[in-house]
Amino acid sequence: MPDRSGSPAPGRRAALAAALLLSVVAACAPVEEGADGATSTDASAERTLTVFAAASLTGSFEELAERFEDGHAGTRVEFNFAGSSDLAAQIAAGAPADVFASANTSTMRRAVETGAIAGEPEVFARNVMEIAVPAGNPARIEDLDDLARADVKVALCAEEVPCGTAARTALEEAGVQVDPVTLEQDVKAALTKVRLNEVDAALVYRTDVREAGDAVEGISFPEARSAVNDYPIAVVAESAQADLAEAWVGLVTSDEGRAVLLDAGFQAP
Amino acid sequence: MRPDAALSARLVVERAGFRLDAGLEADPGEVVALLGPNGAGKSTALRALAGLVPLSSGHVTVEGTDLTTTPTEHRPIGMVFQDYLLFGHMSALDNVAFGPRCQGVGRARARALAADLLDRFGLSDQARLRPRELSGGQAQRVALARALAARPRLLLLDEPLAALDAHTRVAVRSRLRGDLADFDGATVLVTHDPLDAMVLADRVTVIENGAVVQQGRPADIARRPRTAYVARLVGLNLYRGVASGTRVEVRVADGGPVEVTIAERRYGDVFVAFAPRAVALYRERPGGSPRNAWPARIDGVERFGDQVRVHLDGDLPLSADVTPAALAELGLGVGDRIWAGVKAMEIAAYQA
Amino acid sequence: MTGTGPTSGPPRRGRPAARRRFPWLLAVPAALGFAFLILPFLGLLARTPWSTLGTRLLMPEVRDALLLSLGTATVTTAIALVLGVPLAWLLARTEFPGRGIVRALVTVPLVIPPVVGGVALLLALGRNGVVGRPLYEWTGYSLPFTTAAVVVAQLFVAMPFLVISVEGALRGADRRYEEAAATLGASRATIFRRVTLPMVGPGVLAGAVLCWSRALGEFGATIMFAGNFPGRTQTMPLAVYLAMQQSPEGAVVLSLVLLVVSLAILIGLRDRWVGTP
Repeated sequence: MPDRSGSPAPGRRAALAAALLLSVVAACAPVEEGADGATSTDASAERTLTVFAAASLTGSFEELAERFEDGHAGTRVEFNFAGSSDLAAQIAAGAPADVFASANTSTMRRAVETGAIAGEPEVFARNVMEIAVPAGNPARIEDLDDLARADVKVALCAEEVPCGTAARTALEEAGVQVDPVTLEQDVKAALTKVRLNEVDAALVYRTDVREAGDAVEGISFPEARSAVNDYPIAVVAESAQADLAEAWVGLVTSDEGRAVLLDAGFQAP
Repeated sequence: MRPDAALSARLVVERAGFRLDAGLEADPGEVVALLGPNGAGKSTALRALAGLVPLSSGHVTVEGTDLTTTPTEHRPIGMVFQDYLLFGHMSALDNVAFGPRCQGVGRARARALAADLLDRFGLSDQARLRPRELSGGQAQRVALARALAARPRLLLLDEPLAALDAHTRVAVRSRLRGDLADFDGATVLVTHDPLDAMVLADRVTVIENGAVVQQGRPADIARRPRTAYVARLVGLNLYRGVASGTRVEVRVADGGPVEVTIAERRYGDVFVAFAPRAVALYRERPGGSPRNAWPARIDGVERFGDQVRVHLDGDLPLSADVTPAALAELGLGVGDRIWAGVKAMEIAAYQA
Repeated sequence: MTGTGPTSGPPRRGRPAARRRFPWLLAVPAALGFAFLILPFLGLLARTPWSTLGTRLLMPEVRDALLLSLGTATVTTAIALVLGVPLAWLLARTEFPGRGIVRALVTVPLVIPPVVGGVALLLALGRNGVVGRPLYEWTGYSLPFTTAAVVVAQLFVAMPFLVISVEGALRGADRRYEEAAATLGASRATIFRRVTLPMVGPGVLAGAVLCWSRALGEFGATIMFAGNFPGRTQTMPLAVYLAMQQSPEGAVVLSLVLLVVSLAILIGLRDRWVGTP
């Protein structure tokens, strides 16, 4: 190894690799936890609220669930975190959800059109885009224009997923022509490539940058305003406990809920 | 070691619980049969000659060239395996052309050579067939043609007739004899069938328990066996004893020595052997011309060709072949006590 | 014993029907197994908007993804044959220290989730990887996000199928044929090419088909290591996955396209090379 001096300490790199592998493994089986919990629940004594939520809400919703369970004795909140459109498809196929929180309005609109949603969805948070770069920003990215540089490798989300649509809108707004090396299937995949320093930059949501910790730095840019992502929430039509579901929506849209969401990098609607 | 030998070998192969140590020599054009019971080491010896089994010590020299450490593919050999091992994905022609191809002969020339050879073997009509479409006899001859096509200087045959049914075997054996006569190198033939050895071989080497117990021309082996196994194979009564003139004291496993009278004078350790048909059976102790007569008891009777083989138990256990008529005339049955007589002239006695 | 049982000794004359008894004991679980495998596929068919099938096929994105899938899976299989058959030969035919461990390691890609395999490939061959970094620093070449990376990801995931299949065939082959070839003067290379390979041909073919099919369906390692870019690294499974984000119907159609094309190719190959026994 002739160039050890230039690279991060090997110990740190190994730890990073291990953490990545773990996170990927964990991501492969997201629903099992909830299923296990359901079997151990005594149905007569406890009520279970099932929330289908966009994956980007994981941290903040889990924190809110603790508060919700404290305030509603005998109630358990279970989550199914996944991509918004996967969740919408599952609900349409009859999955037992009480609440649906989507990461974009278009998916929620389609859910409403299929009749899966009761009432009017309410926007409870907004997410803005940032440029995610590897720790130390090796390619010296400062703004959106830098993404057009020939020597910069950029990962975008595919246009089929919300972060891809948002990125495209922002780039169009800025009039920047980017030639990405890859169109990732979701934010996490794009971030993984940033973390591994396989790309120099990616356009992702601020909440995702926040969640990625020290391995990734976020750079905000003014054109992000044009690509704000609204997060709507609504009670599912088939819900057998609409009261509890309404209570959850109430908590999420309250000042208390907003504070938790702001903490995670979301903006208020 | 003879300098003009086509084959000169000493094969030592050691394995857990088994040791083969056998010397083999063959003149040009000579067929040597390795004869022995199952597990005696004959196939190991053949595989050692082919280089398929490494020698623990010893040597293999073919026409003056030392091949001891030569890998199999560089030995000037041709081998016919017990179940032929023709390549199933090639036609008979391509099987035969395989050896020449491996020696760098062009495809067209190799096929022409193979076609010639198959023609000589009377297999032109089968040239395009796959091995599984050939009869047992045809497959055996294709295997021989394949082995010969590489122009070997040493031909190795491993039980070449064992896979054939009895009916086919007779015809294939006689054709094989003709084919081997045309081959001018040395041939080593492994068999457990004495008839193969007698018909096909110029010389027979008998192997038992990894060691050579007897070597010689087939006729000599047949007349003068030196082990119980060989005697049984060639169908002779064989004993070992000490000769003093025309009298031989034969040691039998249980009981005291039995005296056998022979026609020619011998001294010291000898084998005495006589054919079952040389034995005559009597109700009473015979007088006159038979010089040897031993009391015996009939232990068993079996049909043997147009004769009846009578197994006798007594001071000298032996087999006797008599005609069914003679047996009926004497009115003999199992358990009867009788006398067995053999003329001294009928007994071969040779140095042990 | 009346002779009606399945173990009633040698077949008797005049009762040929006994030989053709249908093996119900095997047929029932076999049918269940087949139904289990085919049922999801029927579900797919039931939801297929047949009218759009033709137009989807003609869409340039679909055509590009399909051609890329077929091309990369074929190149992958070719490389897997070149590297995997010798590897299988070493595992089946030679003794060397740690052979058992090597064999176990060969199967690792079968066990780990392909996405993890993709991350592992990035950590090894990526711009920042153990091997990838020196390569990038000396040549400026970076493997991820290229079509070559698609092949690498598929190779990693699919080659074990070929190796295991061929190794099994080699173990089952009668080695005396190789000895026979040696006595005819064949070198080890010639024996391998003209005797061993044809003998294990069916095993190699089966392994190649498995490898090709697995490569064709590869998703996790590909999207992680090669990314997703139409025409360059977007294979059919990736296109299917992304289509799923917008319209499940579109994804169903794309899956069906992939399925029909691969089945057509496999059945075509079978008729041509395997033939009827």
